[in-house]
Amino acid sequence: MAAVSQLQRQFIEYATSLYNEGYLDDQFTQLQKLQDESNPDFVVEVVSLFFEDSEKLLNNLATALQQKIVDYKQVDSHVHQFKGSSSSIGAQRVTTVCVHFRNYCDEQNLDGCLRCLQQLNHEYILVRNKLEALFRLEQQILQAGGSIPMME
Amino acid sequence: MCDQRARMLQDQFSVCVNHVHALAVLVSTFHHYKNPSVIVQDTFAEYTARTAFERPLLSGVAYAPRVLNSEREDFERQHGGTIRTMANKEPSPHRDEYAPVIFSQETVSYLNLLDMMSGEEDRENILRARSTGKAVLTSPFKLLGSHHLGVVLTIPVYKSKLPPNASVRDRIEATAGYLGGAFDVESLVENLLGQLAGNQEIIVKVYDVTNTSDHLIMYGRQTQEGDVTREHVSRLDFGDPYRKHHMTCRYLHKAPISRTAITTAVLGYVIVILAGYMFYTGAIHIVQVEDDFDTMQQLKVRAEAADVAKSRFLATVSHEIRTPMNGILGIILDLRMLALLLDTDLSSTQRDYAQTAEACGRALITLINEVLDRAKIEAGKLELEAVPFDLRSILDDVLSLFSEKSRNKGIELAVLVSDKVPQIVMGDPGRFRQVITNLVGNSVKFTEQGHIFVQVHLAEHSKAVQDAKFESCMNGRSNGPQSKTLSGREAADDRNNWDRFKHLIADEESPFQVLTSDGNSQTVNLMVSVEDTGIGIPLHAQELVFMPFMQADSSTSRHYGGTGIGLSISKCLVELMGGQISFVSRPQIGSTFSFTAKFTRCEKNTVADLKRSLYDDLPTSFKGLKATIVDTKPVRAAVTRYHLKRLGVLVEVVNSIKTAVTGSGSCSCSGQPDMILVEKDVWLSGDDLSNIQVFGRALKSPKLILLATNVTSGELDKAKAAGFSDTLIMKPLRASMVAACLQQVLGTGKAEQGKVMANGSVYLRGLLREKKILVVDDNRVNRRVAAGALKKFGAEVECADSGKAALDLLKIPHEFDACFMDIQMPEMDGFEATRRIRMMESQVNEQQTSGSMDGCCDKQAQARKWHLPILAMTADVIQATFQECQKSGMDGYVSKPFQEENLYQEVAKFFESKPATDS
Repeated sequence: MAAVSQLQRQFIEYATSLYNEGYLDDQFTQLQKLQDESNPDFVVEVVSLFFEDSEKLLNNLATALQQKIVDYKQVDSHVHQFKGSSSSIGAQRVTTVCVHFRNYCDEQNLDGCLRCLQQLNHEYILVRNKLEALFRLEQQILQAGGSIPMME
Repeated sequence: MCDQRARMLQDQFSVCVNHVHALAVLVSTFHHYKNPSVIVQDTFAEYTARTAFERPLLSGVAYAPRVLNSEREDFERQHGGTIRTMANKEPSPHRDEYAPVIFSQETVSYLNLLDMMSGEEDRENILRARSTGKAVLTSPFKLLGSHHLGVVLTIPVYKSKLPPNASVRDRIEATAGYLGGAFDVESLVENLLGQLAGNQEIIVKVYDVTNTSDHLIMYGRQTQEGDVTREHVSRLDFGDPYRKHHMTCRYLHKAPISRTAITTAVLGYVIVILAGYMFYTGAIHIVQVEDDFDTMQQLKVRAEAADVAKSRFLATVSHEIRTPMNGILGIILDLRMLALLLDTDLSSTQRDYAQTAEACGRALITLINEVLDRAKIEAGKLELEAVPFDLRSILDDVLSLFSEKSRNKGIELAVLVSDKVPQIVMGDPGRFRQVITNLVGNSVKFTEQGHIFVQVHLAEHSKAVQDAKFESCMNGRSNGPQSKTLSGREAADDRNNWDRFKHLIADEESPFQVLTSDGNSQTVNLMVSVEDTGIGIPLHAQELVFMPFMQADSSTSRHYGGTGIGLSISKCLVELMGGQISFVSRPQIGSTFSFTAKFTRCEKNTVADLKRSLYDDLPTSFKGLKATIVDTKPVRAAVTRYHLKRLGVLVEVVNSIKTAVTGSGSCSCSGQPDMILVEKDVWLSGDDLSNIQVFGRALKSPKLILLATNVTSGELDKAKAAGFSDTLIMKPLRASMVAACLQQVLGTGKAEQGKVMANGSVYLRGLLREKKILVVDDNRVNRRVAAGALKKFGAEVECADSGKAALDLLKIPHEFDACFMDIQMPEMDGFEATRRIRMMESQVNEQQTSGSMDGCCDKQAQARKWHLPILAMTADVIQATFQECQKSGMDGYVSKPFQEENLYQEVAKFFESKPATDS
């Protein structure tokens, strides 16, 4: 039981750090609140959808920006998608990069767009790793017979 | 000086010679080439007289034709006279040829018919002239008719034009006559030289030096006088190559240098030099000033550019530092995570290291964020948002940030927002919060005892009251600062005490309608003040307060930490919000910072919409409850009342427990209070203790609540013993926190303790259960989240991934009760989709209406008008979007990603207003 409580403590600490570092925002808490007995895997489900979509979008973006004549409208719509889904799961830093990205799209600034894409990749991988670590921790708690502590 | 005179004479001479040449041409043209001649003596005389000014050196000119002996008789007959000699004017003896004057200027009219060849000098001249074809001069001699020395000029006139290389014989053959003029050298040179200054000092002589051994004088006296040593000789060229002339000049007096001349000259020089020097220095000065100005201008431009560059640099660098710093922090956390996952707990030292690293990193990031903010402001990049927000809940949030610190220090921390301030205003909540946080943070940092009091009033109101207060002050009504402030301690700005304060809140007895009813103007000017009883700001440092990186002195920063950049940022932010920040501070007494800020009022309909979503989750279950506050300090009581009023609790303030007990009995109009709130110091100070016990036993129903900033465990036991078993509310007060406590006290459900929202949620769950809702969004993550949220509350959710798909699903008749519509979608956006849905609906409705008309009064059909509630889901909550939503026929909006409460509030509003959607 001591192990469980320590795991729970670590979970809270880690989750808190994710909020403090700005990887996640309140929306993620909202997401967690939506998860209940009738819908036990809601968060993981939504986040997995986000991972799938993100990887597709990142690929699409890379392709779109490699074209000889870049279709900025297309790029912008991809980024819009990315922004929507990232803000839905509360991946705050990804959302922020998307906002910058769209500005560069408006300016049709290829350099800026490419830089943002790189940053987007970077932030996405970061937040993915963090979330995966968080989920692993959740699994460990559940396996140890504990319950996931609620974040306030 | 001699050369100059010589040149003058020479020039005049040649001008004269040239003119005589012209005369010669005139004579040859009009006398010889014309037949009969058009020149007679009268013509000649008149012409020469009128052109005499052209020949200033000549006393007169005359023309004599060449007359051969054979032609003498004809000639004499023609001219009615005989040819005479010059010497005695007798008829000329027989000669080979003659040169009798026929035309003459009036000045020399005595020459008429005199034979020019009869004079020695003239004859020689004539011969030489006609053989060379040039103007020739005689040597000086006494002229006829005067006693002056002179020379005679002779120019030949030919019958025909001669080639330039004609032989002497040809020339003599062709000779028609001679034009002559006498230079009265003596008188005329005199005239000429007379025009020159200082000629009396100088003796000028002109010589004919054709014969080098014998110089013939033409002008000047022969006598040797004057200073021979300083004689100048200049050559004269009168155009006759055969003759040579020169001019000598000498000074009349020896070394004619006088003392006065020297002094005058010297003085003159000195003056000239001085004046020159003055001009020079003046000019140099002007040039220098101009140069300096240019330089300064350039420096200024460069400095300004540098400033902007610096800000940009700071912004960039800060940003660049922040990213890796976040990375490092992440790694530190990951390390701890890793250790955790591998089940190897970090040793206490390692944990300490990690925590230190983390703390340092955090501090660094805070600093960087501050610098970044400032740099952004300076670079003009910071733009304020304009979104609706509830500033009361923001102030509560800020207070909660500092509640721990203030409790530990035992400081009374309180906030009060005037009821005149609208619930929701448009502005930048983040920046507003930043300024407040900064000011309160400073106050907490520098205050050890007493209070920190945040007030928000309408600027206009605050000012009006201040003026009014000033008058009352003059009337001497003010009686000492004691117990006039929040904690009773004196504050720096003593205008802020109860005397003024009661005016500020005086007309606030009337409840909340005030804020919407007096809202004619669109701007809301707020006056925010943060008053503390801290160490104050030393007088010498007061003017540096808003300078970046300035703290009172270096010991301050050692003692209290911080960079001192916060206030300068706050100042910038306040200015961006269209306000001003200022402060009053007295060392060892405290500081009061106040600022104004401009916000805009929300449009009324949006206020209604927003109130539910933004008005923080305060429960409404306390509406109508009565409370009695027992407090001796009016300001503090006002704060408590403010929070209770926000919960809808009716409040009465008394200053002793006794009054509370008796008052509750006597004042029957308000009835018995549901709760009595007692301040800790009132309870501790009085012997009211027994009263409480009595009261507590006598009247069981009112709940007793103790208000305190901090309590020791001993005091807590005592309080429990005294009857405050119900609860203790720890300050700082916040409406939501008070609500939670009341909920606990009043037993509105022990089970729901800490879950204030549960009430509302349950209510909403009832509303949404079994409702069929369509979610339209092209982003499946969003779709999933929205669906999940709605499902949780019992709704039946269906999804569509595009506007088109939604239209298909919404073909009438359909089963949906509501639709959530994303706005920005490819192909067909939310606005367009909504417009089409509305179009479909209106078509059906029209058919129904006409149908019902036909079938007379078909009540059921009329009742069922199609209007599907459509709510927009949007990320940008700006006014323009709201309007666009309404225009396309939407019923409302929820912000995206949507927050639980916001979503349900919106839905609830809708189903509430149309409770019988499905009958």
